[in-house]
Amino acid sequence: MNPLAALGRATLGAARRTGAVTLFGARGLLSAFTRPFFPGQTARQMLVIGFRSLPVVGLTAVFTGAALALNIHTGGGRLNAEQVMPQIVALGIVRELGPVLAALMLAGRVSAAIAAEIGAMRATEQIDALATLSTDPYRYLVAPRLAAAILSLPLLTAVADILGIAGGWLVATATLDFDGRLYIRNTLDFLEPWDVISGLLKAAVFGLIVALMGCWHGFHAKGGARGVGRAATFAVVSAAVLIFAADYLLTGVFTA
Amino acid sequence: MTPKPAQPRLEWRGVSKRFGDKLVLDGVDLAVDPGRSLVVIGGSGQGKSVLIKIAAGLLRADGGEVRLDGQPLAPGAAHAPGYGFLFQGAALFDSLPVWENIAFRLLHADGLPRRAARARALDAMDRVRLPASAADQRPNELSGGMQKRAGLARAIIADPDILFFDEPTTGLDPVTGGVIDALIVEQVRRLGCTAVSITHDMASARRIADRIAMLHAGRIVWQGSADEVDRSGHPLVDQFVSGRSEP
Ligand SMILES: Nc1ncnc2c1ncn2[C@@H]1O[C@H](COP(=O)(O)OP(=O)(O)OP(=O)(O)O)[C@@H](O)[C@H]1O
Ligand SMILES: [Mg+2]
Repeated sequence: MNPLAALGRATLGAARRTGAVTLFGARGLLSAFTRPFFPGQTARQMLVIGFRSLPVVGLTAVFTGAALALNIHTGGGRLNAEQVMPQIVALGIVRELGPVLAALMLAGRVSAAIAAEIGAMRATEQIDALATLSTDPYRYLVAPRLAAAILSLPLLTAVADILGIAGGWLVATATLDFDGRLYIRNTLDFLEPWDVISGLLKAAVFGLIVALMGCWHGFHAKGGARGVGRAATFAVVSAAVLIFAADYLLTGVFTA
Repeated sequence: MTPKPAQPRLEWRGVSKRFGDKLVLDGVDLAVDPGRSLVVIGGSGQGKSVLIKIAAGLLRADGGEVRLDGQPLAPGAAHAPGYGFLFQGAALFDSLPVWENIAFRLLHADGLPRRAARARALDAMDRVRLPASAADQRPNELSGGMQKRAGLARAIIADPDILFFDEPTTGLDPVTGGVIDALIVEQVRRLGCTAVSITHDMASARRIADRIAMLHAGRIVWQGSADEVDRSGHPLVDQFVSGRSEP
């Protein structure tokens, strides 16, 4: 086969898919902000997506903050700059690791679950059934999940920020001879509101990515149980990759 | 434009549908008159479910059109009230209890209060002989036949005027199957619904059909009134009716 033609076809295919996903997401978002709403569905998704992800996001944040503190302390030692460790840990957590780690945990936990649930509904004609009951599947299924993820992930990230810094504090006070009160004062004096806010904004975008990938792959699942499994895998992988890509782009914008 | 006196309620005109390179429907012409019951028979995988999903607006035809009261079907017609659809696998929402499944349209599209919707759901359950004790169970706690009845209750609860039944009696015991058939007949004869059903079950087809049409290889190969089915003179129909394996 002509390699140029193959490249062209692949590019066109990717462009078409990107357009289709964008339309799908726009339609879902539009339904999330116009009547009729399904507040019960959104509340339930907030519980599933947000609240039940707290333990896994919290644990990840504590351990990451602790490891980060050790690494930066070691690295800082080479420059005789151990004492700036609290500030660097805090910056790394709130600007970067808090939102990204929370989003990745959600990609694994939630994208897959959404894709599997909606995929199974597709396979068993439940999505068709919604339409025959005068209910728009975008409103009933997609919009509540998008809204819940966009609202939940910044909240989870705020928790991850606090627990990540707490992880660093634990290591610093327990094993590195830092003064606990001073550690906190240094951190708070150093952080600027924008450090935290930019991280939370990132998290909202990541929330959209997590839910959108789950819904998209679930909605377009075909071929029974195997199709549902494939949809879940694709949802996790595509959400993770898009999170990293969006992280880079947003960081570029926020630091410009 | 003056409407013709005997305009079909629902009409397929040259409807074709392909999935990938597989042509499933190849120019289907079929019609059902208002207040009549049409039954489509045909072997597995011949496209019967696809045929009624196109009529209900759940799938888009690749060629031809579906007309409702003489007007081409608008996109998104499935959202229209007045349609009731019983799916082959019942398609109950497994996250909701049985009564909320049955009352789904009343709760979410019509905005009925929960108490009133529940009363209507219990009433519909009674009509399909589903015990009231099933109301608060989850669909996966019901047997296949009970799920089918719940699906039927959901399809008829808002008194639709067009009903689609995809194999309403498959997987039911003969007594329950008879009850379902009687219910379909009641909807059509007493309430004036128009019904399109699919079945493999000839006994059921004879009970519920005014007209019978056979779908084979993407086309309607025979159609006639219900009592003509035994003297169709068509080898495929004879084979289907008698259950022989050779025409
Ligand atoms: N969404 C779809 N994507 C791809 N192929 C499909 C789809 N829906 C149906 N088909 C194909 O179309 C053909 C007809 O399917 P359909 O479900 O209409 O058959 P049927 O006559 O209802 O059979 P059965 O009696 O077994 O229910 C089958 O070969 C099926 O594989
Ligand atoms: Mg079928």
